[in-house]
Amino acid sequence: MNTSLEELKKISKLIREDIIVTGRDCEVGVHLGGNLTLAEIMAVLFFSVANVDPENPDWEARDRIILSKGHGNLALSSAMARRGFFPLEELQHFDTFNSMLSMHIDKHRMPGVEISSGSLGHGLSIAVGAALGGKMDAAGWNVYCIISDGELNEGSTWEAILSAGHFKLDNLTVILDRNMFTIEGATEDNLSLEPLGDKFRAFKWHLIEVDGHDLEALLNAFEENTPDGKPKMIIANTIKGRGLPSVEGKASSHFYRISKEDAEEALAMLKSS
Amino acid sequence: MKENNQIQSRFVGLSSREAFGKVIVELGEQNENIVALSADLADSVKLNDFIKKFPDRFINFGVAEQNMMGAAAGLTLAGKIPFACTYAVFSSMRACEQVRTDIAYNGLPVKIVSTHSGISFGVAGATHQAIEDIGIYRSMAGMTVISPADGVETAAVIRAAVDLDGPVYVRLSRVKEKTVYNQDFDYAIGKPDLVRSGSDVLLIATGAQVGETLDAAELLAEQSVAAGVLNVSTIKPINPSDFVDLLTDFPVVLTIEQHNVINGLGSAIAEIIAENNLNIRFKRHGLYDIFTTSGPYQELLAYYQLDPKGIHDTVIRFLDGI
Ligand SMILES: Cc1ncc(C[n+]2csc(CCOP(=O)(O)OP(=O)(O)O)c2C)c(N)n1
Repeated sequence: MNTSLEELKKISKLIREDIIVTGRDCEVGVHLGGNLTLAEIMAVLFFSVANVDPENPDWEARDRIILSKGHGNLALSSAMARRGFFPLEELQHFDTFNSMLSMHIDKHRMPGVEISSGSLGHGLSIAVGAALGGKMDAAGWNVYCIISDGELNEGSTWEAILSAGHFKLDNLTVILDRNMFTIEGATEDNLSLEPLGDKFRAFKWHLIEVDGHDLEALLNAFEENTPDGKPKMIIANTIKGRGLPSVEGKASSHFYRISKEDAEEALAMLKSS
Repeated sequence: MKENNQIQSRFVGLSSREAFGKVIVELGEQNENIVALSADLADSVKLNDFIKKFPDRFINFGVAEQNMMGAAAGLTLAGKIPFACTYAVFSSMRACEQVRTDIAYNGLPVKIVSTHSGISFGVAGATHQAIEDIGIYRSMAGMTVISPADGVETAAVIRAAVDLDGPVYVRLSRVKEKTVYNQDFDYAIGKPDLVRSGSDVLLIATGAQVGETLDAAELLAEQSVAAGVLNVSTIKPINPSDFVDLLTDFPVVLTIEQHNVINGLGSAIAEIIAENNLNIRFKRHGLYDIFTTSGPYQELLAYYQLDPKGIHDTVIRFLDGI
């Protein structure tokens, strides 16, 4: 899909706005921090990079998008709604009883989504399986998988990383939401991950590191060819809680109840940006 | 040890996980071998006070439940008594083999305390609802499985768990359970407790469902149905002789749990009934082999007929033979 940079910028702002507004209206709070990190990534994926058809979500030749960090479903829901998979109004029912859209992804309730997720460290193995299947059929479609840095704590994620390099899955692109925090604090304090780039390279991945809020950089990263059949790892450096000044870059943004005032401030900032 | 098992009224009205968070600090003061482990969920499992008091006796493994459980086994080799804490869904499934093979098979005294059991993490949906955990843990040889009803009972369970020479699974909720015990009572692992007497129907419940079932019994009383309520917090080991006499006193028996009706409390009671040839009308009530949807806890409870009205209606339908 051809979408201009200007248009992508608008879309990413709308996604961020949806996250803030939905968060404001969910009484118990939402996973705010790790959704606000995803606005640009989702905009680029759904409106430019990935080949998907909201009219025909089961289209065989579609690219497979797997959100492994299932608590990022606010950003995913907004992007998919705005892309036309389901009505935007569904966001107003987020986290209500049996709603289409909820804290974690439920494939039975949410149309067009590939897989249910919410337990960390599953999605990348599923993505590896999809990529292996695509390879078997020499299919032209790609697999895009979004993981969190917290998921790099799970052994299962590393099993998947090891296997994708081994199987030369160059039809697989992983976007790592590198926001530096899990629930309990900074990743480097709790279970240090660095040097991450070296780790991925050692596991035979093609590595690209970008500012995850820079649309152009993201686009370029997606477009870059990978050498020697390597799977692609895009480390997207993001800011947890991006766009909500009171919690930006703080662990407390993880699960957060936004006050009306904070939401107003953030929405006003978005408008003027 | 008797004194240890006496419950202090200061736990009245606390949720099970709040009571855990308090009692683990007291136990930590008494026994320096007690260590607490979590997997990026220390706040959710209420370890904050313990961490403040004993920062050197807490380990956060990050989001790595399998490693935590394997390491819990290893910590016992150094003489530690590890409390390994995360959500029920992750302790029972993600780390299942580490628990079964490293901890249970080796008979190690790891205390697995899991919160957010059943459907108590309402809006989080099926990925975070633990409705298979009792079945999974019950299937592990040598594993003690306890699902306390409220804060007071939880405090007693945790105290008793420390003295237990082997692995134990303690299943806690996320929500504040209705109060079942508002004063000291004699707690012993394995002992079922008749918390309300009756004659028409016996309702056997566990965990957060005990309080809900007591309220259902009130509703039933309004219709002249005398329902007894039995709190079975220890689901394993279960001693049939503790049950047979009581069961035969009632013509109708139902089990009520926030768990799949397959392999949970209901199955444990069904095994007793079948193997002792008891002629009782019996029904397992719970989640009927489904994956749950998401929503606010109270709405989910009502939807799955696990709130007082739902339990009441289920009992009435069963009594009416529907
Ligand atoms: C297997 C598993 N363990 C624990 C959790 C609970 N949990 C939800 S989010 C989270 C960590 C959040 O950090 P991260 O994964 O980096 O997400 P982000 O910062 O991008 O929001 C945890 C531990 C879970 N969902 N799955």
